[in-house]
Amino acid sequence: MAGLTFCCFLSTDFNLNQENVTLGTGKVSVKEVRDYSAEKEKKDLGFIVFDLNADLTPLFNWNVKQLFLYLTAEYETKSHKLNQVVLWDKIVERGNNAVFDLKNANTKYYFWDYAHGLKGNQNVTLTLSWNVIPNAGRLPKVKGTGSHSFVFPNDYTSGRF
Amino acid sequence: MSGLLNMDFLDEVRRMNKRQLYYQVLNFGMIVSSALMIWKGLMVVTGSESPIVVVLSGSMEPAFYRGDLLLLTNHQEEAIRVGEIVVFKIEGRDIPIVHRVLKIHEKENGSLKFLTKGDNNSVDDRGLYAPGQLWLEKKDVVGRARGFLPYVGIVTILMNDYPKFKYLVLACLGIYVLIHRE
Repeated sequence: MAGLTFCCFLSTDFNLNQENVTLGTGKVSVKEVRDYSAEKEKKDLGFIVFDLNADLTPLFNWNVKQLFLYLTAEYETKSHKLNQVVLWDKIVERGNNAVFDLKNANTKYYFWDYAHGLKGNQNVTLTLSWNVIPNAGRLPKVKGTGSHSFVFPNDYTSGRF
Repeated sequence: MSGLLNMDFLDEVRRMNKRQLYYQVLNFGMIVSSALMIWKGLMVVTGSESPIVVVLSGSMEPAFYRGDLLLLTNHQEEAIRVGEIVVFKIEGRDIPIVHRVLKIHEKENGSLKFLTKGDNNSVDDRGLYAPGQLWLEKKDVVGRARGFLPYVGIVTILMNDYPKFKYLVLACLGIYVLIHRE
């Protein structure tokens, strides 16, 4: 019995859970806004719309209960060497549609920087990653192959967008 | 029925001589101390002050439900990154929280501020943190979720909800160990 359990464990533990992802961005802008949810100071708030194309169906083997997808923006600022902000996430349970073809999708979370690091930022990288939730076992975190880098404009946008 | 059981139990103890009784008591102590050793050993290997936690709330559904078991590690050299499920403690709260990292800001010297959110919650965790606290830091982290076992922890939840059940289980185990003879 223990041997059988162990074999079951081995049958999925070496999976890389890797898939290709195509990402893109549409309109990108940045504003300076007071963040009342946090320090109540003026900070850079980015706005982007994004495209996402991925087929994650092959990731579902017998020991996958759920995928947690998240779209990360990673960038460097003067004050912080590494910033990662999740802009969008999605829970995909077994049996749900795991094919994504989003065009000009809005982000789910606000893109607040810690301070003023977004205006004119020359390299913001979008990646899609997933956390595989098994029926029982390890909880691997995988970054999809394929990323997209974009640039924030050098000026704040006034008005609503 | 219970009278009969009682008689049996007493009979068993009466039939043991002193030497056997001591042996059984020592045996019991051995089991308790090896359980403690395993727990402390796990603490050393995983680097986490509590290497196994039971999920107590539904805030991470549908990934984790109440009663699921998580295995944690907390090695300092593993960086905390977005998407990771961390277990953290908040000042003034006894029960650690299991949530996912939503954003991080790391300085060159390694000092890290991060924000968490439960998958099943619609807002981030700033409302759960101590008053005035906006970010979590490395010192707040008890561990990061590495392994997952469903349902196993429900026993501990039952034990906490119904203390009588806990004492019953402990008493049964204790009696079994004391009177069980190889």
